[in-house]
Amino acid sequence: MMASSDSALKEYQHPLMQQYWKRLDTRFPQVADIFEEAMAEALLVIDRPDLDAYLDAASLIGKLGRGVEPMLVFIEEWPSVVAAVGKQALVPVLDCVKAMQKSPNGNAITPFLQTLAAVARRLQSVEQLQHYLDIALDLMRRTTGSIHGHHTTFPSPGLPGLFEQAPRLLNLLAMAGLRNWVEYGIRNYSHHPERQIEYFTLKLADSRAVLQRERHGTLFADAERSLDLYLRALWQDSDQLVPYSTAFDELRKPIPYYDALGMRVPDVFDDAYGISGLDRYRAVLAHMVGHRRWSEAQIADNWSPFQRMAVEFFEDCRVETLLIREYPGLRRIFLAQHPHPVEDACDPETTSCLRHRLAMLSRALIDPGHGYTDKDLLEFVRRFHELLDQSTSSTAEIAGLALSYVTKTRRQSDQLAKVHFDNTVIDYRDDNRQLWKFIEEGDEEQAFDAERKFEPGDELKGLPPRHYPEWDHATQTYRPDWASVYESLHPSGNAADIDKLLQKHAALAKQLKRLLDLLKPQDKVRIRYQEEGSELDLDVAIRSLIDFKGGATPDPRINMSHRTDGRDITVLLLVDLSESLNEKAAGSQQTILQLSQEAVSLLAWAIDCLGDPLAIAGFHSNTRHEVRYQHIKGFSECWDDTVKARLAAMQAGYSTRMGAALRNAGHYLSSRKSDKKILLLLTDGEPADIDVTDPEHLRADAKRAVEELTTQGVTTFCLSLDPKADEYVREIFGNRWRVLDRIERLPEQLPMLYLSLTR
Amino acid sequence: MSNKDQYLVKTEPFYQAQGKEVVLYEAAYHAKLPVMVKGPTGCGKSRFVEYMAWKLQKPLITVACNEDMTASDLVGRYLLEANGTRWLDGPLTTAARIGAICYLDEIVEARQDTTVVIHPLTDHRRNLPLDKKGELIEAHPDFQLVISYNPGYQSLMKDLKQSTKQRFTAFDFDYPSPELETLILTQETGLAEGTAAKLVKIGQVGRNLKGHGLDEGISTRLLVYAAMLIKRGVDAGDACRMALVRPITDDADIRATLDHAIDTTFI
Ligand SMILES: Nc1ncnc2c1ncn2[C@@H]1O[C@H](COP(=O)(O)OP(=O)(O)OP(=O)(O)O)[C@@H](O)[C@H]1O
Ligand SMILES: [Mg+2]
Repeated sequence: MMASSDSALKEYQHPLMQQYWKRLDTRFPQVADIFEEAMAEALLVIDRPDLDAYLDAASLIGKLGRGVEPMLVFIEEWPSVVAAVGKQALVPVLDCVKAMQKSPNGNAITPFLQTLAAVARRLQSVEQLQHYLDIALDLMRRTTGSIHGHHTTFPSPGLPGLFEQAPRLLNLLAMAGLRNWVEYGIRNYSHHPERQIEYFTLKLADSRAVLQRERHGTLFADAERSLDLYLRALWQDSDQLVPYSTAFDELRKPIPYYDALGMRVPDVFDDAYGISGLDRYRAVLAHMVGHRRWSEAQIADNWSPFQRMAVEFFEDCRVETLLIREYPGLRRIFLAQHPHPVEDACDPETTSCLRHRLAMLSRALIDPGHGYTDKDLLEFVRRFHELLDQSTSSTAEIAGLALSYVTKTRRQSDQLAKVHFDNTVIDYRDDNRQLWKFIEEGDEEQAFDAERKFEPGDELKGLPPRHYPEWDHATQTYRPDWASVYESLHPSGNAADIDKLLQKHAALAKQLKRLLDLLKPQDKVRIRYQEEGSELDLDVAIRSLIDFKGGATPDPRINMSHRTDGRDITVLLLVDLSESLNEKAAGSQQTILQLSQEAVSLLAWAIDCLGDPLAIAGFHSNTRHEVRYQHIKGFSECWDDTVKARLAAMQAGYSTRMGAALRNAGHYLSSRKSDKKILLLLTDGEPADIDVTDPEHLRADAKRAVEELTTQGVTTFCLSLDPKADEYVREIFGNRWRVLDRIERLPEQLPMLYLSLTR
Repeated sequence: MSNKDQYLVKTEPFYQAQGKEVVLYEAAYHAKLPVMVKGPTGCGKSRFVEYMAWKLQKPLITVACNEDMTASDLVGRYLLEANGTRWLDGPLTTAARIGAICYLDEIVEARQDTTVVIHPLTDHRRNLPLDKKGELIEAHPDFQLVISYNPGYQSLMKDLKQSTKQRFTAFDFDYPSPELETLILTQETGLAEGTAAKLVKIGQVGRNLKGHGLDEGISTRLLVYAAMLIKRGVDAGDACRMALVRPITDDADIRATLDHAIDTTFI
């Protein structure tokens, strides 16, 4: 685009772009330079209604009188922050910026914004981000203007350093650790500006020492994969895991819970009670899995708080009993973390002892060696085990038992304000919010959000569409000519970008190269030990002759022949370019699209080294009337700048009508003359399109398409980036699929996969 | 015929049926149809064929296929001897002559040009031309061809041609249900049922990770191995780690997860 002399008067072709630019209200030419590109990226993660807030925030930051830098950084980084923790982060972040601007700490705004995205990615929730901001603001307030008795005007020496180091610090510390580390710096260096700077930039020996000291326990971010595997392998469950911090709410410590958005767990677990941090995470997850498997929500309206509390204790013990039935070793892990209250620790004359009684009962229900003697307790333990003997019982049944327990053991003093809390908290158990429903509330229907972030393009020109049938699983018939596939050449970008990507993976490329050399066809291969062949194999022939003369049985396989190496493979790589690729990959700074781009580049390079004919195409769809199939590389094209330029421009949007794209790719592959024709599909989700509501429909169609391809001699293999893909990839692709759990390793895994598949 | 006797399965192999496969196999045998047994590694394919050969009281000739195998290795070849040449039947030819069940184990390992020699034996012709010898063998009425095939996705290169596949009736095997697998372990090794059930549980845990870092789940064969070790007095945890975990993965997170399953199952 052209940089106009007066940027404020810039003209944008698209009326919307023009409108956004106006709203931004700036004269910085540097902003004009990146504006269009930045907006394109922002549109992928920020919904239309929230765009104005984003532009207004950027505009505000541009007017702080701190030059163009903070504004540029904000415009570019904010979408990543939204992707990591959600749009709600805007208000607290702006508050933080304003606070710095109002105090003499404006110099810290740019460093703050520069690392914000990296910090957000590590923290993964807006609550965690808020804690981070609070820590920074606390540092600011306590170190501003207080140096050597001077008043005001001195900015906090440590603040910019903290922001610069934040990503590194959060890689090592949980939130509590960060707070303690900052606290130490404030307490010891608030009167030494130079030292303070050194402390917060980690140049001081004791700042590194405190860092080491605060670094303990198992951090969620490091345990995440193990926990995913744990859920999947031992419980056949899987869900989003979301961390929270326990360092701040002193009064009401947060407790694990789960809801529609995922399972919430602490951001760190120290080894404690003789149980490792990782096993403590597992205990938390196992307990929640227990509820998910066996608990049924009860109507809470008619029960008193005491009754509900008792039901929760009984139900927690019921699911744990069932969990222990599955994995007996869990008992040790649960019991180690479960309090074992002393039987007469609570005085019922002066204190409400209900919690104490229930905690003992809870212990007794899962610990055969509890050692309590109370008659009521023993009776209810017996009745509990009777209900669970040989069965799973049910939430309703166990609630009945809990209610009679409350009735049987009720005491006047339970109503007292002074509650016995000591030794009654069981911290691996979730808060049981899923156990209750209230009839007053209605279920909220999830609104179907059909709003598209891009206007459907009308740039589909050129070739007339190809029509493909679509399989209707409901009627078990084809809908003829149902999907229209428009083909086009993928637009081009800058080929050098791809070279840069390859450069970045030079080490990996070297490693691949070694493997490739092993696989690379030696033009002529000698096949020895042939009875019939094109030439006599002299060595063998002489040996046979000697055997023969010596009276032994000679080996008759004295010929050899040559064959040009059997590697006769044609590959078509079909890349899903739907909207979801714009999301940040879990555990990575990059979007799935960027990772795919790197992976595809490496694969193309590797296959080029091998000499297998390769075509690359991308697809996405916007209803059945508009399935787009974009050629990135043709079979006959070389791996050169033209192709790289197309790869460099890879973009994602719209939906995934897989069947039609597979059929179109198959059309190109099946006409190739090769022993082996492979269609490699790279996708991050299941087939879907906005004009289809039955999720089964496009799945069934994709499965059908794969079957059609098989009969045409094309082998389809799917590499899925969706960790939850099991249910449907197996259905569609039979045995030929793999799920990549660690997307950040895609660039390495895709070429490796291809090599192992074609070895 | 003593030649034939040596291939008979003398004692009844233990085979735990998973479904109707025994009856169906018998029907296919009597209808002179070739059979393909598909399934993941170590799920009981070979054992099944052995059992059927015993049940039908037919000789069984097993050939483990590999990629260096040529057609001659199946059909036969001339041997040079001090006083001339002598034809030696290959296993396939022998089976066709004496009326044996010929079991080609892991057929996909063989090169495709090798595989095609079985074609005339597997359709209505039921014969085997020995080109070099100039002989056409009509298969004995008792002859049957059985192949095994693991459709795992290790390599797309190793797959059977449609024209080969479509000559067979097929059984889809999978790892047995937990109850049956437990029974298999106790029958095979004499291990107590409770311990066997725990081993089977670990097997399930591993199979849940297929496609998520594991290419193949833990096979029945490996479970049998673990059971054998435990039977000899090896600590259950050690046996599991040695027979079930270490062989299948080097991924540290997956090992830790399986180890945890073992530690919480055997206490
Ligand atoms: N249904 C079964 N009945 C009895 N034993 C079984 C059964 N299934 C598996 N086994 C046990 O598992 C072991 C492995 O089975 P087998 O050798 O038949 O596997 P396979 O499917 O042929 O494997 P591969 O594909 O690796 O050759 C057997 O030796 C046997 O101990
Ligand atoms: Mg076998």
